[in-house]
Amino acid sequence: MKDKALPVLAVLGIIVVIWYLAAVWMNSTWVYDQAGRAGTAPGFSEVVRATMALERPLLPAPHQVAAALWDGITGEAITSKRSLVYHGWVTMEATLAGFALGIVLGVTLAIGIVYFRVMEATVMPWAVISQTIPIVALAPMIVVLSNTLSLGEALGLENRLVSKTIISAYLSFFPVLVGMVKGLRSPDAMQLDQLATWNANGWQSFLYLRLPSSMPYFFASLKVAIAAALVGAIVGELPTGAVEGLGARMLVASQFGQPLLMWASLFAAAIVAGMLILHVGALQRGADRMMGVRP
Amino acid sequence: MKDTLNAGRAVIEAKGLNLTFETGDGPVHALKDVNLTIGRGEFVSFIGPSGCGKTTLLRCIAALEHPTGGTLLVNGMSPDEARMKRAYGYVFQAAGLYPWRTIAGNIKLPLEIMGFDKAEQDRRVERVLDLVELTGFGKKFPWQLSGGMQQRASIARALAFDADILLMDEPFGALDEIVRDRLNEELLKLWAATGKTIGFVTHSIPEAVYLSTKIVVMSPRPGRITDVIESPLPKERPLDIRDSRAFIEIAHRVRDGLRAGHGDEV
Repeated sequence: MKDKALPVLAVLGIIVVIWYLAAVWMNSTWVYDQAGRAGTAPGFSEVVRATMALERPLLPAPHQVAAALWDGITGEAITSKRSLVYHGWVTMEATLAGFALGIVLGVTLAIGIVYFRVMEATVMPWAVISQTIPIVALAPMIVVLSNTLSLGEALGLENRLVSKTIISAYLSFFPVLVGMVKGLRSPDAMQLDQLATWNANGWQSFLYLRLPSSMPYFFASLKVAIAAALVGAIVGELPTGAVEGLGARMLVASQFGQPLLMWASLFAAAIVAGMLILHVGALQRGADRMMGVRP
Repeated sequence: MKDTLNAGRAVIEAKGLNLTFETGDGPVHALKDVNLTIGRGEFVSFIGPSGCGKTTLLRCIAALEHPTGGTLLVNGMSPDEARMKRAYGYVFQAAGLYPWRTIAGNIKLPLEIMGFDKAEQDRRVERVLDLVELTGFGKKFPWQLSGGMQQRASIARALAFDADILLMDEPFGALDEIVRDRLNEELLKLWAATGKTIGFVTHSIPEAVYLSTKIVVMSPRPGRITDVIESPLPKERPLDIRDSRAFIEIAHRVRDGLRAGHGDEV
């Protein structure tokens, strides 16, 4: 753990230093402007101090973002619409729903593609094409469509959650699909011959050989898919009328000129991403142990 | 005794066997007019340069390839029927153990597929682990075993379901000479203890002579049998039998056979 933490902390330190320098440099124009209008000539140390305490800075200093983040997390009841925990939960909910749907979709399609030649020719090209369409262009259409069709009501869920889940799944099914197709095809001719000598049927060769062989590919794809699912959920929150979720918070903050809130939401999203990836990693280690992988 | 009653009866019978693969460069004659009879309890080695069809012949017996001409009977049935009746266990060049299963789990794999009940599976795993001298290694994972031990585990797996034929395709080809010698000795012991009929593909002349009661010498393009040698060596074979006159004479004859098959080529 220690030898892993050190490089990460070193890079973090460098980023913070660069960030402070950039904050001083980018915000100083505004400080000099103000000083010029007031007819004063501030010294260098005064300018530096001023650049780090602006209410609407071009680039907030790290400690300002940290304070805003801390305030957003602990300053409000977690049920409050001003709490980042609340909005983070809303985003995470959609992310996990989209991730789950993406896994089901990706795995199902991969099995179809591996076992049916027709599906390889029909599904695979469209799956690739689907990922070339910019999601920001597609998201509003999905939102409008699922609202119009009242998909959520039909399922007993909020329309907003349903459209975000669809967008999130749209992004996250693809890495799972590609990983699983590769994984299910990873057994070599010898291994398949071996099963043939035991008269194994198709279901048995799937269950005993293809599925376990695909697991390393599956977990590698999950790490990409969970990140894609989070991006999908946040993008899905932008056109929903910016009511709730971290994406909505970012949109509100940028529209109403609150850079501190924007940065705090951004970091909240990063924390959510970190937690999700840690959990996927733990899941993988658990599966590795169960499958006797060499430690 | 059942064994003496069945002794010598043909287990594998090939008559005028032909196999042609259609490739982009035209047909490839993998097997041409192969005639061979293997009796019960024999240890038969197939030896020849690559491309001579020795592996293809073994795969035909296992119904992994299908001849395009001639007849092939295994236990008096077609190879496909014989496979359905679990006539043979097949050992590949690579051990092919599943890394996510323990050694015992790997040996149980064919038993699970064939539907043996749990208690019977455990009994059989213990028995075949004893046979290949891996007692106590059942709970280990494949990566915890050496290459030679992994190959022994794969032999155990092929023995687990009581097939009376054991087909081995260069099983020790990837192992070093010292391990190979030991495994050869053990294989002879195993053969004596179980009375199986063994078909064994190899590149190595000493290995073929040391192990076999019958050596089938093959040559390529088209793949065919050039000589069948009945070994006069006794069934009991210590490693130093390889220095005996009889051994060296057979090895000579095998080498001559291989050279003759190559004569028109070089």
